[in-house]
Amino acid sequence: MQDISSLTIAEIRSGLAARKFSALELARAAIRFAEAENPKTNAYLTLCPEVAEAAARAVDDKLARGEDPGLLAGVPVAVKDVLSTEGVRTTCASRLLERYVPPYDATAVERLKAAGAVMIGKANCDEFAMGSSNENSAFGAVRNPVALDRVPGGSSGGSAAVVAQGTAVASLGSDTGGSIRQPASFCGVVGVTPTYGRVSRYGLVAFASSLDHVGPFARNVEDAALTLEAIAGRDELDATSAFAPVDSYRAEMKKPVSGMKIGIPKEYFEGLSPETGDKIAAALDVLRGLGCEVREVSLPHTPYAISCYYIICTAEASSNLARYDGVRYTSRAEAASLGEMYRKTRGEYFGMECKRRIMLGTYVLSHGYYDAYYLKAQKVRNLIAGDFSQAFSEVDALVAPVSPFPAFRLGEKMADPMQMYLSDIYTITGDLAGIPCMSVPCGKTREGLPVGMQILTGHFEESKMFRLAYAFEQAGGVA
Amino acid sequence: MQFSKEDVRQIAKLANLDLTETEVDKMAHDMGEVLTHMEQLASLDTDLVAPMAQVLYAAPATASLRTDEVRERTRLGTADALANAPLSGAGHFKVPRVIER
Repeated sequence: MQDISSLTIAEIRSGLAARKFSALELARAAIRFAEAENPKTNAYLTLCPEVAEAAARAVDDKLARGEDPGLLAGVPVAVKDVLSTEGVRTTCASRLLERYVPPYDATAVERLKAAGAVMIGKANCDEFAMGSSNENSAFGAVRNPVALDRVPGGSSGGSAAVVAQGTAVASLGSDTGGSIRQPASFCGVVGVTPTYGRVSRYGLVAFASSLDHVGPFARNVEDAALTLEAIAGRDELDATSAFAPVDSYRAEMKKPVSGMKIGIPKEYFEGLSPETGDKIAAALDVLRGLGCEVREVSLPHTPYAISCYYIICTAEASSNLARYDGVRYTSRAEAASLGEMYRKTRGEYFGMECKRRIMLGTYVLSHGYYDAYYLKAQKVRNLIAGDFSQAFSEVDALVAPVSPFPAFRLGEKMADPMQMYLSDIYTITGDLAGIPCMSVPCGKTREGLPVGMQILTGHFEESKMFRLAYAFEQAGGVA
Repeated sequence: MQFSKEDVRQIAKLANLDLTETEVDKMAHDMGEVLTHMEQLASLDTDLVAPMAQVLYAAPATASLRTDEVRERTRLGTADALANAPLSGAGHFKVPRVIER
């Protein structure tokens, strides 16, 4: 059997069709590989061999009967542990949900399974998806498979790491302020945050509902596009899911990019590490070589984005996390009264970052401060979204760095939460505006650390985004 | 902006969140630092700007409404609903005594 760590979805499809291997053989190889790799990275919180083998057998049965086994037939995938999976524990990397087993699948997971994908495990992440380094997991940090002394990024660090190490061909993550793109850039894989509402959030454990997105990771653009195609589209179980039809990204991404207008937001190149800047500059040369027209644009409200984002996301988080009170979800501290049970359960089982965000959110929503913080942030959000509308009236897409710097060392930013928050500067704006954005591998620093190029387009213009990403990748990208 | 330990305790009370003394200290420092950064928003004139609660797309106002029927997919029986409860009995979630007799 071929090396599983480099298989693409197309190769799996043709390998299964030619009977070079069965889905069951592939699933078993993926599980064995994951078991061997996991002690190095801690990227999986749970492996589910029985579930994987049953799904793989179903694919093999369909193939034997001559039926269409689905778009992602036999593809070993991992799912971030904030997405509900029926019968497989979903911890949100929190002690609070250590033993929580959901009674249903999230819609994105259900659609992956319906497409024939084989879920082999649940990926580690920051507790309740709150963090930029995956060091806030109650079950230990994830190590970057590219450089084991570095963080994989966060909060979907495990989802990025499993794809980078090759134990899963694709994975699902969630992105509220950069939690797909930043770890994708740190681990050197493709990560996609689709348009707000493009993928259903039904069954995604809520962090900040006006900002939460579900999206895929993969090792190349085509596999990411295929995975998004499988999970995207209207879902009546999520009232915020969009009605817009889903394009065939596979077909659309192969269209030429010559003549496309690309905007470079000048505010995204201030305070950038020089090596990251050099790589993005080299990427722009590649895009120019493909016939794209590159020009500078301005997103003038960018300097206000961090404040705006951390007011809105903490406000929504403080409300969403109110449900963890010791009544329904597995963990409860012993107490004599109901009120004491709430306070002790939450105090005992939430980690420090969740507590910090609950506190900040409670403060900005509290009487007397609402107008100055939450309402103000909602207005600034409108200005930030307006910056993008203005830019997209001039250009087709924006290209920028994903992160100001490559993967940092474990522990480097843990002592200072403000420094950690500031590292999200180039990714949170896309979430605030709800536009599709992705990270594409863009070479490595002299130390061998991956750099990510970010592509952003207008609402529901994923096809255009994939076109640029695919053309860049096919042209060889940046070394 | 200064955020005192007393401020922290007050907010923690509103949030139903027990904090240790060490956490109160750390929280006072961290919240002061983050809220100081957030004060920059005050310098931006937003009097004529409408608040944006979330991204919205054109659709009829009733597009997400549906008929009031049980959906098989979301049917959740009592046993399933209680399966993750820390303490349950007689088909209910059990909690410490709320009202003293």
